Amino acid sequence: MKSGNVIFCGVGGQGILFASEITSFVLMKSGFDVKKSEVHGMAQRGGSVVAHLRYGEKIYSPLIEPGTVDIEVAFEMLESVRYLPYLKQESRLIVNMQKILPSSVVTGAERYPDDVLAELRKRGLAVFPIDAYETAKSLGEIRAVNMVLIGALSVFLPAKDGAFLAVIRERVQEKFLGVNMAAFNKGRDIIKRMQDEGDRTHDKILA
Amino acid sequence: MITYTQNFILESMEAKSSVEEKVLLSGNEAIALGAHEAGVKVASAYPGTPSTEILENLSTYKGIYTEWAPNEKVAVEVALGASFAGVRALASMKHVGLNIAADPLFTSAYTGVRGGLVIITADDPEMHSSQNEQDNRNYAFAAKIPMLEPSDPAEAKEFLKIAFEISEEFDTPVLFRSTTRVSHVKGLVSTGEVQSSKGKASIEKMPEKFVMLPANARKRRRELEKRMEKLRALAENFAENKIEWGDKTKGFITSGVSYLYVKEAFPEASVLKLGMVYPFPEKMLKSFAREIDEVFIVEELDPFIELHVKAMGIGCKGKELIPAYGELNPHIVRKAIKGDGKENLFEPMEIPQRPPNLCPGCPHRGVFHAISRLGVFVSGDIGCYTLAALKPLSAMDSCVCMGASIGIAFGMEKALGKEALGKIIAVIGDSTFIHSGITGLIDIVYNRGFTTVVILDNRTTAMTGHQPNPSTGQTIAGDYSTVIDLEAICRAIGVTHVRTVNPNDVETTYKVLKQEVERPEPSVVITRYPCVLLPEMRKRKDKPRYMIIQKNCTGCRSCVKLGCPAIEWVPVTEQEAKDLGFKVKQKGYSRINVVLCDGCGQCVTLCKFNAIVLDESDREKR
Repeated sequence: MKSGNVIFCGVGGQGILFASEITSFVLMKSGFDVKKSEVHGMAQRGGSVVAHLRYGEKIYSPLIEPGTVDIEVAFEMLESVRYLPYLKQESRLIVNMQKILPSSVVTGAERYPDDVLAELRKRGLAVFPIDAYETAKSLGEIRAVNMVLIGALSVFLPAKDGAFLAVIRERVQEKFLGVNMAAFNKGRDIIKRMQDEGDRTHDKILA
Repeated sequence: MITYTQNFILESMEAKSSVEEKVLLSGNEAIALGAHEAGVKVASAYPGTPSTEILENLSTYKGIYTEWAPNEKVAVEVALGASFAGVRALASMKHVGLNIAADPLFTSAYTGVRGGLVIITADDPEMHSSQNEQDNRNYAFAAKIPMLEPSDPAEAKEFLKIAFEISEEFDTPVLFRSTTRVSHVKGLVSTGEVQSSKGKASIEKMPEKFVMLPANARKRRRELEKRMEKLRALAENFAENKIEWGDKTKGFITSGVSYLYVKEAFPEASVLKLGMVYPFPEKMLKSFAREIDEVFIVEELDPFIELHVKAMGIGCKGKELIPAYGELNPHIVRKAIKGDGKENLFEPMEIPQRPPNLCPGCPHRGVFHAISRLGVFVSGDIGCYTLAALKPLSAMDSCVCMGASIGIAFGMEKALGKEALGKIIAVIGDSTFIHSGITGLIDIVYNRGFTTVVILDNRTTAMTGHQPNPSTGQTIAGDYSTVIDLEAICRAIGVTHVRTVNPNDVETTYKVLKQEVERPEPSVVITRYPCVLLPEMRKRKDKPRYMIIQKNCTGCRSCVKLGCPAIEWVPVTEQEAKDLGFKVKQKGYSRINVVLCDGCGQCVTLCKFNAIVLDESDREKR
């Protein structure tokens, strides 16, 4: 049976706990043992937020060990590099291109790093950048950012067919279901296209 | 979120009431389900991370009375009272809450129970959302009360039911310890049958048991020792104290979430897992240790198991290897025992930290901006507003525990004498004031002080996720109740000068605070405006939005000092300054992020150049 470690990171208020929750339910419905760890309270007020999700046949620790993340879903660009020690060379990173400025940057005390994605690529990591905010906006619902990212993540997870759809149906209000499903599919398509392009480039190199 | 889980559970249980079903629950949701299945009738709590969701979830089950108590002491007393009346009851709180409740806790060990009584303490190793990381297993030893400690949500539910059985069989309250990584971890939990309630509520007078006059208490004290003897015998045969034999060169004694880390780091090793962390199964521990070459104790925080195991004469290693503070994880455990770990990791990058911050539009921000202009010592308290201690507001000089702001400010006043006038202020939230601030205010009035107390009334208990409290006039079930009148309370205590201001009006707030802090009499300033995260505030349709007229901005940074996430500082070069029509020396300008602006208007009067104005541009679209 497959197993995996997924880290969700971003800024309080971006819907990280909701996204990790949906994913946990999907993996449970797909027959895995699941453990998810998160932190509430003071940490949520606009600060860095992280959730650990582990799945497999039998999961003990709710926390992911450094150097063992299979997939990182970063809801904000700067946050994608905050958990570097948790990543490994084979990690795949879905990075939302959205920037949310930390308070020290807002007040001018510090600078937002220039090219975050380049830093990740420099380390040989597989980065899948996605502009989830613009994608959600184009669908007319900026609150669907997290659903775009869930769609993106779905490409890399061994979920049963229809499991995501079933869980989203359960968790999202009827009147928002349409736009959320559209956001999910859009996120999924964007990553799939990137994967295909990546494969083609790979084939070219081999040829 | 909660409603869904509840519906999910209820639906699945209705469909197959006797068949086990697996659901994904957090530790706190699992504890609530356990309480439901155990037939609990009364549950009381004060919110506190990581315990809050236990009562929030429990309140959605039918047939259980749940309440937010004004503080943890009252919560334990209410639960004890329900137990005296013959039904199963629980109280839940965060670790520091048990300090408040320690008084009834210790003596409840003497009285024992009628209906089962379980007191839940949710500890916070690593202090994710707490002011200290005390290890509440020590309370079990000190109060002579048995304690159970689950390692994950599935155990949390089962252990809670077992706790009630032990409570009733041994006539004792039972402590139940969770930690952040149990309460806020989601895992698979099997639903079970709901026990029909044991016994009906009734009044039974048992003065020898319930009236702790010295003569009765002495008898009960002897009973308590006999009970501990019986509990020690129970521990030897308790099914949740178990040995998993494996490789015998290394053996681990552990409990709670640490057990999971041991299993992950040393899957082959022998493990003795304590489901009951007090009292200890001495024979079991000794027989385990006899078989093992090297015994390690793996536990978070204090060497609680270690001290007791060493006192039994068992040779073992513990805190000389395992850190005595912070959370553990499999990596730390492996590294501590083996001396190595996976170390070819990516180096962390130097990037700006992202600490939590007061929200855009937070009414507290205006108060603290005004206070910072007074140049006083700010004796602070526990809540979202503790974040005012961070830059750029830097407007808090002490924060110790719930309610401490008032006593500490008054103690400073008494130490300094008349010198203190105009130099010290106490700041406390509405819920914290009711929790344990009122008695401090009484002290100021009764002992003829002049310390000014600011009550930040944002109409909710915000930090823990917006629970109602006695000053909001709603109960946990959403029913309307009497609204405690904060002004009237302060006046009844004897404060003559009680003034209420809207903190979004920063100038008036500053003027009122200045007058009151300089007054040589007790005074209270209530700053009242609802938390912007409350549903009714989020739904506002007519929310104004502000903008900065760029050409009017002189780069003085007055607005930036508010620390509002919506006000961004844009640095410019000399050339850019010239191109933008600024003075060449201007280092930058401020702008308002329209997505974040909540329209509180606190920044408007801070700008002496009238650069901040209402943004009318997209009003119609909104």
